[in-house]
Amino acid sequence: MDTVAPPAAEAVFKLAGVRYVYNGRQVALDGIDLEIRAGEQVALLGANGTGKSTLLKMLDGIIGPSEGSMQALGADVRLVTAGDEAFRFHREVGLVFQDPDVQLFSPTVLDDVAFGPLQLGLSPEEVKRCCDEALDQMGIAHLADRAPFELSGGEKKRVAIASVLSLGPRVILLDEPTASLDPRTKWVLVNLIRMLGQSGRTIVTATHELDIVPVIADRVVVIGENRRVVADGRPSEVLANRELLIEANLIHEHLHQHGGLAHTHEHEHDGTHAHAHAAASGEVRTFRDPGP
Amino acid sequence: MSCSCHSAARGRVGWLERTLAGIASSIEQAVFTEEHARRRGWLQAVDPRIKVLMFAAVIIAASASSSFGVLAGLYLLLLAAAWKSQLPFELFVRRTWVGIPFFAGIVVLPSIFFGLPPRLFDVSLGPLQLGLSLPGLYGATVFVMRVAVCVSLAVLLVLTTRWSDLLKSLRALRAPQVFILILSMTYRYVFLFLHTMNGMFEARKSRVVARPGGREDRRWIARSMGALLNRSFKMSGDVYAAMLARGFTGEVRTYSTYRLGMADWLALAGAFAVAVGAALVSRWIR
Repeated sequence: MDTVAPPAAEAVFKLAGVRYVYNGRQVALDGIDLEIRAGEQVALLGANGTGKSTLLKMLDGIIGPSEGSMQALGADVRLVTAGDEAFRFHREVGLVFQDPDVQLFSPTVLDDVAFGPLQLGLSPEEVKRCCDEALDQMGIAHLADRAPFELSGGEKKRVAIASVLSLGPRVILLDEPTASLDPRTKWVLVNLIRMLGQSGRTIVTATHELDIVPVIADRVVVIGENRRVVADGRPSEVLANRELLIEANLIHEHLHQHGGLAHTHEHEHDGTHAHAHAAASGEVRTFRDPGP
Repeated sequence: MSCSCHSAARGRVGWLERTLAGIASSIEQAVFTEEHARRRGWLQAVDPRIKVLMFAAVIIAASASSSFGVLAGLYLLLLAAAWKSQLPFELFVRRTWVGIPFFAGIVVLPSIFFGLPPRLFDVSLGPLQLGLSLPGLYGATVFVMRVAVCVSLAVLLVLTTRWSDLLKSLRALRAPQVFILILSMTYRYVFLFLHTMNGMFEARKSRVVARPGGREDRRWIARSMGALLNRSFKMSGDVYAAMLARGFTGEVRTYSTYRLGMADWLALAGAFAVAVGAALVSRWIR
């Protein structure tokens, strides 16, 4: 997915020197400069604790920067998320939280998906149309009258996305959408995210799973352990920079074994690692083993 | 090598096992109840708002009735309604009668032995005359029957109505929206925290390798309560943020797909007729 959106597209978010400090002590973001344009599919890469979730909450207008300036949808974020303007903003920008249990607070799936459209004051017919579309898009129409506690992890994630889709946002922010999912469910969800991106929406996905990045993103922003942007580019360029990925704690080195060959080299943290290197005989072999 | 501390620990952590079993049973019971509510039975097809009004009418009539015959008739009607709603007979009867002897029975026990004459036998205990009073026995039977009818009505309503529908239908009784929202969210997150508690108890159980002692147990429970409270507090903040992210401004709006049909109105009319009939007949038949 190495295509970049046309440079003429409007800036959806513009952050300059943004800092965020929790409780006046704990620095979550420390000088973020970032511009995201309409129609881009951005992967926010970073190890645990680098402030990805905080950045997404900020992009969704739930929290504001402690320092620095931030523009969203062409205006100061404080203006677009205040009072009645918040309605328009949340219709345009939707956030899918990392923990679906946080997002699914209603007694049934349908109630959760209908929550956003109801807040917009739509008529019952319009609410129904929005819900039907969102449920169909995520392939979960059959779960409409289920209670959240009856759903599997993958189903919960899909419902969480549908609950945001029902508002018809132009921008969707996803926080670790594939975390804690089995491989099949994970790739079903990855394809759904890719499909959302292909429909022209701006998608920002926070993740530390490198294997999904080329599928869901045309741009990668890496947040380092210093809580600043340390790289910004196409997936092929960023993912090829092994030194950068090691420094950002996205891959690591350790001893492991393929068949009879034990050796050390860098790895991703999750999923399958596929790589080629010379065996003792000098023959170059490709290995595709389950990761550690 | 056998270790005596293992058996000692097992003995001491019996409460743990019981708590785990209780948590699992609560979750299972809720899922089980929803299964019955999804069946294609008579009461399941009735609009939940109408159902709440139907049951309220019959509960009022049963509570006002002092006639054993009327109460017995109502109970038979409820058994027929349960059968038409595809509820297992044994489950319905067991759920109703399991608690009644303990609660209603204990309440009426004094009225049986200290009731007015005639008595089947008399025993003098100082100034007190103790015996099996016939009016007391009749009053107790009517009381237990009345409780059984009311509990059966509640069980029937819960087993044939999904909890979410039940909460929404409270609007028909003019309950405030915010009250219903809080109730529904409480029900939603009780399950999440039950799972969390289950995990905490299991993690503790898997690491108990020696007799912990009562003081250690109490400290662990206090710490767990604190941890759970902390977690629920953090989650409440996150849930509120998720609500804000979808445009919540403090005004509660709910979505209803209910549509009243002729069958619903007929069911309501039937329930009102039964309630009025029971009230009238109670005046003539004891």
